[in-house]
Amino acid sequence: MATKRLEVLKTYKIYIGGQFPRTESGRYYVATNKKQQALANVCLSSRKDVRDAIVAARAACGGWSGRAAFNRAQILYRIAEMLEGRRAQFVDELIKQDASAKDAEQEINLSIDRLIYYAGWCDKYQQVFGSVNPVASSHFNFSVPEPTGVVTIVAPQNSSLLGLVSVIAPIIAGGNTCVVLASEDKPLCSVTFAEVINSSDVPGGVVNILTGKPSELVKYFAEHMDVNAIVYCENDAATKKLIQEKASLNVKRVLFYDSINWKNDAEAQSPYFIMDAQEIKTTWHPIETVGSAKAGY
Amino acid sequence: MAKSTKNNTLKLKFDTLKYAPAPESKSSAKINAQYDLFINGKFEKPLSKKYFDTINPATEEKLSSVAEANTADVDKAVKAARNAYNNVWSKMPAKERGKYIFRIARMIQERAREFSVIETLDGGKPIRESRDIDIPLAANHFFYYAGWADKLAYAFPNRQPKSLGVAGQIIPWNFPLLMAAWKIAPALATGNTVVLKPAETTPLTALKLAEIIQESDLPPGVVNIITGAGATGAAIVNHSDINKIAFTGSTEVGKIIQRAVAGTNKKITLELGGKAANIIFEDAAIDAAVEGIINGIYFNQGHVCCAGSRLFVQESVYKIVMQKLKDRIATLIVGDPMDKNTDVGAINSKQQLETIHKYINIGKKEGLDIFESSCVLPEKGFFCKPTLFTNVAQSSRIAQEEIFGPVLAIQTFRTDDEVIEKANNTAYGLSAGVWTDKGSKVFNLTSKLRAGVIWANTYNKFDPTSPFGGYKESGFGREGGLHGLSAYLNVQ
Repeated sequence: MATKRLEVLKTYKIYIGGQFPRTESGRYYVATNKKQQALANVCLSSRKDVRDAIVAARAACGGWSGRAAFNRAQILYRIAEMLEGRRAQFVDELIKQDASAKDAEQEINLSIDRLIYYAGWCDKYQQVFGSVNPVASSHFNFSVPEPTGVVTIVAPQNSSLLGLVSVIAPIIAGGNTCVVLASEDKPLCSVTFAEVINSSDVPGGVVNILTGKPSELVKYFAEHMDVNAIVYCENDAATKKLIQEKASLNVKRVLFYDSINWKNDAEAQSPYFIMDAQEIKTTWHPIETVGSAKAGY
Repeated sequence: MAKSTKNNTLKLKFDTLKYAPAPESKSSAKINAQYDLFINGKFEKPLSKKYFDTINPATEEKLSSVAEANTADVDKAVKAARNAYNNVWSKMPAKERGKYIFRIARMIQERAREFSVIETLDGGKPIRESRDIDIPLAANHFFYYAGWADKLAYAFPNRQPKSLGVAGQIIPWNFPLLMAAWKIAPALATGNTVVLKPAETTPLTALKLAEIIQESDLPPGVVNIITGAGATGAAIVNHSDINKIAFTGSTEVGKIIQRAVAGTNKKITLELGGKAANIIFEDAAIDAAVEGIINGIYFNQGHVCCAGSRLFVQESVYKIVMQKLKDRIATLIVGDPMDKNTDVGAINSKQQLETIHKYINIGKKEGLDIFESSCVLPEKGFFCKPTLFTNVAQSSRIAQEEIFGPVLAIQTFRTDDEVIEKANNTAYGLSAGVWTDKGSKVFNLTSKLRAGVIWANTYNKFDPTSPFGGYKESGFGREGGLHGLSAYLNVQ
C-alpha cells in the first residue's frame, strides 16, 4: 500500500530585528476560520516582545533613514517582486481565512500594486512637499520632510494582507522603521509577509511584525517612550482615547485611519500617508551680500 | 619666557566710554486703564466680573487691569466664533477673506510704533527687538497668509482642503503679538474662526490687535480675544464646540493638553519647549560664531523656545571661544528695555525670574563653574545677569531642562559623531545651530540633527515664509510658510 506523503506544516513565528523568534512569553493562540477550524498556532506576543521590537526598530532607524531615497525605492519594489513570486501561497492563506478565490486574487493584486505605488513615491514626495522659502533676509532657506522615527502600527483587523501592506508601505517609504501588530483574527498572511520582507533586502529591524491581541498590546504601543508615532486603524472610541492619552507621555504623533476602504485606491493610497509620519525640517544659511544687489532665492 | 596667547579681541573700556541713555518715548502708547473681553466684535464686561493687573516687569508698575474670562465667558466667545463661522466666514468668497487679512496687516504696520512700545512696556523685551523684530514680523505674517486665502488648493496637490471650524488658540508671553499673528493669520486664511487667549503677563498687544480688528470691519465673532490665566486656557481646551487647539508654550502644559483632548475629534498642534544645541567647530568664523552664540541665548532675555541654550565647542578652540564669549558678555547692556541701546531687557515676570534663579542655584549645587556678567542691575524690576556655566555634564539638569532665561550651558566635544550624539540626546527637538566654514560639514550636521529648525552660521532668524516647529517633545505641526497651512485644514 502506497503511503500518503505527510504535509509539512508551517510554524507561524513573529519577526523582530530580521529574525524569526517565538514570543519570549511562550504563549500562543489558535487562529481559526469562520467555521472555527484551527488554521495554525500563532504567537501571542507579550509586552517584552513589543519592547524588543522597538529596540530593534530604533537601532535600524539611522541606517534606513540614511539610505538614498532611490535605494529605498528599489527595496520597496523588491518587496513587490517577492510578493508576486509567492502569490499562490498568499492566495491559499487568504482562502483559508475565509476569502473567496476571487477576493483573494484581488487582495494579492492590490497589495503588490500598492507596494509598487509607494516604491515610486520614495524619491518624489520630498520634491512635492519640500520647499525653498523666499525669506526677506539674505538667507538660503529650505524645508524638507524627514522621517519622524519609530512608528508603532496596529494594522487593520479586517484585512489580513492588503491592510497590513497599506499601512507599512508609506511608513517605510518615508524612511521610518516600524513595529506592526497584525490582524488578530487573520494573522497568517502577516507572518508570510514578514518572510517576504526578510528576503527583499529590507534591513533587519526596519519592519518588525508581531501577532497577538490588540486589546493587550495597544497600550504598550502607545506608551513606549522611544516611539515617535502610532497608527491605529479601528474605530473603537475607548481604544482611541487610550492611545491619545498614552501618546501624550512623550508627545507622540497619533494617526487614525479608521474609515478607509483599503481596496479603494482613491482613498487608500496617497503621498499624504507618507507625509503623516514626516517632520518638516527647515534649514537657514546666510548668503553673502557683495555690492548693491541682494542675493537670494 | 612664558609664551603668551595673542588675544585679538577688541575690548572697549566701557567704564570710560558709556552710551548716553536713548529712551524711546512712551507717548505713542495709548493704554486704557481697563480692558474687557473682545467677543463678537465688541469689548464686553466679563461674566466673571473679575479683573487682574498687568505690570511693567522693568519697573513693577501697573499698566492696566484686564478681564479674567471664566468658563461662561469662554463659552460666549466660542458661540460667537461658531456663529461667525457658520453664517459668515465659511460662506465668504476666499478672496474677500484674504482682503480682510491684508487690511489687518496694513493697520499693524501703520501703528507699529505704538505696538512696539506697548510690547516692551508689558513684556520687558528691549525696544530694539520689539521695533525691529516682533512687530514687523507680526505684520508680515498677516500679509503673507492673506495671500494664501484664495490659493489653498495649490498648496495641497490633488486635494480640496477644508477648514476645520472654530480654533482655540493659546499663546505664550515671550513674543506676544508675534505669536498672536502666527496663530490668527493662518487660521483666518484657511477659513476658520478664532478664540485666542494671550498670556496673562502680556495681554496688552493682543488687546490692541483686537482694536485693530474692530476697526478693520472684520465680521463680528471671526476673531475673539479673551484674557485670563491657566484656568481660562483649560476652559478653551475643554470646550466641546471647538474643532482645533493650537498651543504654544511649555512641554509640560502641552502634554496636559494632548491628554485633555484625547477621545475628542479636536485637531491639535503643539509648539513646545526646546533645549537647542548650538555647535561651534574649530573651522568656524569664530567672531561671527560668538555673535551667534550671544544672539542665540541672550536674545529676548533667553525667553525663546528655540534659544541656543546648550553650547558645544570643539576642544581645539575652546579657550579662544570662551575668552571672546566672556569679553562679549561684558559689553552687553542690561537694563531699561525702553532704552534703544539695551541688549538684554527685563525678565518677563517675578515668577520667571524665580525659575531662572532656581536653575542657577541648581547649576551651582551641581558643582558647575559659573560666569556671569559684571553689569549692575537696576534696583527695581526683574532682571538677570547674562550667565553661563562651564564644565557641564550631559546629565546636568542645566543641560537637560529648559530654563527659558539668559543661562547658557557649555560643553565641549572632539568629533562630529560625538557632538551629533550629544546634541540629539534630549527629549526636545525644536532647533539647533551649526557653525563651520565647511559646506559639506554643514549639511552633514543639519541633516543629522533631529530638530525642526536648523540655523547654519546664523541663529534665531524668523520669516513668515519659513516653517517653524519641533520634533519629538518639542511638539508637532508647523507655523509659517506653506507647511503652516495644514494645521488649520482637513486635507485627507
